[in-house]
Amino acid sequence: MEVKILSAKFGIENAHLLEVAKQHGAYQTLDKLFSMTPEQVIDEVKNSGLRGRGGAGFPAGVKWSFLPKGLDKPVYLTVNSDESEPATFKDRHILVKDPHMLIEGIIICCYAIGCHHAYIYIRGEYTTQVRALQRAIDEAYEAGYLGETVAGHEFQLDVTVHRGAGAYICGEETALLESIEGKKGQPRSKPPFPAVVGLYDSPTIINNVQTIASLPYIIWEGADAYKQYGTERSPGTHLFGISGHVNKPGMYELPLGLPLLEVIDTVAGGVWKGRSLKGVIPGGSSTPVLTPEEVKTVTLDYESMAAHKTMFGSGGIVVLDETVDIVELVKNLIDFYHHESCGQCTPCREGLGWMLKIVEKILAGNGSVADIDLLRELCDNIEMKTVCVLSAACTMPVRSYLNKFRHEFEAYVADTAS
Amino acid sequence: MSDRSQLISTGESFAFDAERDAEFERLVVRYPIRESMIMPALWMAQEQAGWISAEAIEYIADRIGTFPAKVLELATFYTMYQLKPVGRYHICVCRTLSCWLRGKQDIVDYLADEIGIKPGEMTEDGKFSFEEVECLGHCGTAPVVQINGEFHEEMDLKKFKALLATLT
Ligand SMILES: Cc1cc2nc3c(=O)[nH]c(=O)nc-3n(C[C@H](O)[C@H](O)[C@H](O)COP(=O)(O)O)c2cc1C
Ligand code: SF4
Ligand code: FES
Repeated sequence: MEVKILSAKFGIENAHLLEVAKQHGAYQTLDKLFSMTPEQVIDEVKNSGLRGRGGAGFPAGVKWSFLPKGLDKPVYLTVNSDESEPATFKDRHILVKDPHMLIEGIIICCYAIGCHHAYIYIRGEYTTQVRALQRAIDEAYEAGYLGETVAGHEFQLDVTVHRGAGAYICGEETALLESIEGKKGQPRSKPPFPAVVGLYDSPTIINNVQTIASLPYIIWEGADAYKQYGTERSPGTHLFGISGHVNKPGMYELPLGLPLLEVIDTVAGGVWKGRSLKGVIPGGSSTPVLTPEEVKTVTLDYESMAAHKTMFGSGGIVVLDETVDIVELVKNLIDFYHHESCGQCTPCREGLGWMLKIVEKILAGNGSVADIDLLRELCDNIEMKTVCVLSAACTMPVRSYLNKFRHEFEAYVADTAS
Repeated sequence: MSDRSQLISTGESFAFDAERDAEFERLVVRYPIRESMIMPALWMAQEQAGWISAEAIEYIADRIGTFPAKVLELATFYTMYQLKPVGRYHICVCRTLSCWLRGKQDIVDYLADEIGIKPGEMTEDGKFSFEEVECLGHCGTAPVVQINGEFHEEMDLKKFKALLATLT
């Protein structure tokens, strides 16, 4: 089932070094790139159907075409390498194993959108990763792929790495921009959208690492080659991260559209310890949980996930075996989002705290059925009433656990009564 | 997350060493506004001194041409900036979903029961400090521990004990 597009060089020793990467095709697209017009590049990416891999799945080429034309301001690209959504661990493989693929992707994107300075926002915890990335950037400057010209072509491009320092919210695109501007990572109200007013009040494109790293293949092989993989509306491949209770957790590159159950059983070696399945979180901790019944019919693409009332998200799949205490899991989840709230909206800052207290009360055996209902009510009252969707990233999954595993909450409550 | 309630003074002035001075100058021209240098400068100060003191905050503000309160605001918002000294070995244990599912609690309990430190604490000899942190992006090799920035994956109690024994 596995394919190797993005991960083509992952198995090659020292492929993070320019010399080795070049032997395996790094930067080969550049001559072709500069023979195309920026519009042709955008069209090729549009045709490939490449969708943003940061979570929302917005078509990359379409996003680029939102940039206003003819403004007397620089255009910026910021590459989102914050990778902090629980259960997501794909981008760092690119940073460490094939950073030149990312840099080549940045060159492609910048040429297409007319950007001469790209910032890579990388989470502060990625220490070894930032070293690998900076080393590759230094190599690229030295070899003339970045700087005054790009591989001898009249195109000036700088790439600067900006390190975060432990705030999940900076993965949200406007919080990320605030953070680069030297402020607290507090999301902005939209509109205006970053494509119009972004970094330093200038038009800005924000894309995920994996989105950008997919570009060299698309430009070199063409949109049609890319579309051979995946489904019609969810083309291409994705670096899926499978974690939790499976025999072979890890990062696997797969075409989109595969049946989830088959992937768990064959690629990830099935549920561990011979246990049965309780549920699957399909795309990072903020995506609604799927029951074993739903897991049988869902496929790994945006449309099927939506049809199952959940989301493709970041492709971080978490497998839960029969022993998982759902109420404890919900506490762990709320704890995370509450801790990471940036604090500027009351429903998020306070509401998630209340939710946490209620779950703790239920777990301590002091809850009642009314508390379960209150939890549900809070979800409805918090969601979509805040500046960004961090609060919904908590309430959407919590609601799914309340709906699908209500009996586990009731068991805690019933225990107290008896 | 360490105690972020106050700023501690060392009583000695702070300045970047030659290496960080050069790094500051290399980076400052990369940003159209100087405030963008607050986070990189906080990182450099922390790497140089191990933590961020009142004097470091003043120095950074001065160097960038902004108010100390602006620098402090970021130093408190972003949880990786340490506003008090940490141990020689600073242990971060991931407490989030996948690590929780794969047994991070054994490690947390061991640190509390055998080493005697709870999240946010440091051993008396200053050897180990410990905090629980959120998802470290290594969920496929959970549970994960980061010590002085180095990742240690697929931990269990036995491996963790062996790892601590190598730290002198
Ligand atoms: C709370 C929150 C956290 C996010 N974290 C990340 C992240 O860590 N990495 C990422 O690429 N996108 C993250 N996103 C999505 C970004 O806001 C943005 O949509 C994405 O980077 C766009 O890139 P793409 O179109 O290539 O997917 C997050 C969004 C929210 C609301
Ligand atoms: S929803 Fe939460 S994280 Fe998002 S802006 Fe409001 S307070 Fe901040
Ligand atoms: S949950 Fe621990 S590294 Fe992601």
